[in-house]
Amino acid sequence: MRYLEDAVTLEFIPERCDGCGMCVKVCPHAVFGMENKRAALADRGACMECGACAKNCEREAIRVKAGVGCATAVLAGLMAGKEPSCGCSGESSTCG
Amino acid sequence: MPSIDAYSQRTLRSFTVRRRVDAPWIDGFVVTASGKVPRVQTALDFRDCLGSVKARWDIGRMNYRVPPGLYAAGNPGIGSTVLVSANYKMSFDRLRSVLPGRDAWILVLDTDGVNVWCSAGKGTFGTDEIVRRVQESGLERVVSHRTLVVPQLGAPGVSAHEVQRRCGFRVEYGPVQAEDLPAFLDSGMKASPDMRRVRFRLRDRAVLIPVELVMGAKYAVLLALAFLLLGGVSGGGYSLAGVRTIGLKSAAVVLGAFLAGAVLGPILLPWLPGRAFSAKGAALGLVLVAGIGAWDIFRNGGVASWLHAAAWMAITPALTSFVVMNFTGASTFTSLSGVRREMRFALPLQVAAAAIGFGFWLGGLFAA
Ligand code: SF4
Ligand code: SF4
Repeated sequence: MRYLEDAVTLEFIPERCDGCGMCVKVCPHAVFGMENKRAALADRGACMECGACAKNCEREAIRVKAGVGCATAVLAGLMAGKEPSCGCSGESSTCG
Repeated sequence: MPSIDAYSQRTLRSFTVRRRVDAPWIDGFVVTASGKVPRVQTALDFRDCLGSVKARWDIGRMNYRVPPGLYAAGNPGIGSTVLVSANYKMSFDRLRSVLPGRDAWILVLDTDGVNVWCSAGKGTFGTDEIVRRVQESGLERVVSHRTLVVPQLGAPGVSAHEVQRRCGFRVEYGPVQAEDLPAFLDSGMKASPDMRRVRFRLRDRAVLIPVELVMGAKYAVLLALAFLLLGGVSGGGYSLAGVRTIGLKSAAVVLGAFLAGAVLGPILLPWLPGRAFSAKGAALGLVLVAGIGAWDIFRNGGVASWLHAAAWMAITPALTSFVVMNFTGASTFTSLSGVRREMRFALPLQVAAAAIGFGFWLGGLFAA
């Protein structure tokens, strides 16, 4: 299953990458792959903006506006006039 | 004679230990250089399973937590693996259930009783909490190595290099699914690309249905009740006959739309057309309303009120679209930017369709 592909805030700056492979390990959607000992975007459209790659890239070669893709949270945020924040308490919401 | 302070300290300590021992899934202790560590059973019993069922239905879920801290599985020693977990009992149970016959340490973080992925998104499963628990448990005296196995889904909250810098432990990300943990450990901590991917299979979606039902039921019932009562309104005053016919039927359609969105939505998700969840939901609603219409014509030989038929053609898809759109939060692949984009067009459409439909419906009451 795939979601809307063109709404992704993920940015990768290859010049900073030292090829540690961390982003490949942490991404749950195989967005990054290794090419010639460096990371490369293999499937940018699959990014769900969880933020794991950016958080674990020591070289700061990845930028993403991390958040939870949850309509309920966005709606609650809209009504409260705030940024959406996940109010989930357990198995619901992006919870595996 | 011990001072008050030493005394209260001791009671406090015995209280903490007792609190942990009290749990039915504790079956002893392992003595370490940092004190006694409670040992967990690695076979789940009936109570654990019943607890999971209750948590799935949102019953007492917030009390379903494991006291944070270090635990032992089997007979671990200074060389045994350290597995990090959240203090949501279901995450913890899933982890210990794959450990029979293995010796390992389990470091339970305080995530407010929320599972790994969700709490990682909030940051409660995160760098700070790992560092705190490692120090508090005296882990560096319990084991001689310096590696923590953190579930991959915890990565959005954890910065591996920060953890290493702050407490000296290297973070190794384990597989997404606890079931793959034995294979991961046996292969010298290597995860196949498959183990690194999060799925959203039929069974993953199906287990989310109860919570969807519980969370939405309140609103669905209130809405159905409103339609039931309004059904009695007509040009000639309020009538109970109207409540029994139009009201009852309208309430049934509303509840039907909710059930379709909350149950069929998750099940049929991959096969519903479109990528936006709101589109998938609208499609589901259109099929539902077509079905209801066909059934109506078949049973009654015709349409009772064209205004009401038009009303449901607008209201039903609006409702199912809204319900399925809210399932984005439970899915494992929707992005915040994507959800925002889809809501920008879906929300106004849903509101407009519902409002126009409701107008038709009210009109139908007076036209009859
Ligand atoms: S984590 Fe950063 S430095 Fe490491 S491979 Fe990925 S982009 Fe390159
Ligand atoms: S934000 Fe998450 S889903 Fe997107 S590339 Fe990074 S790790 Fe993968």
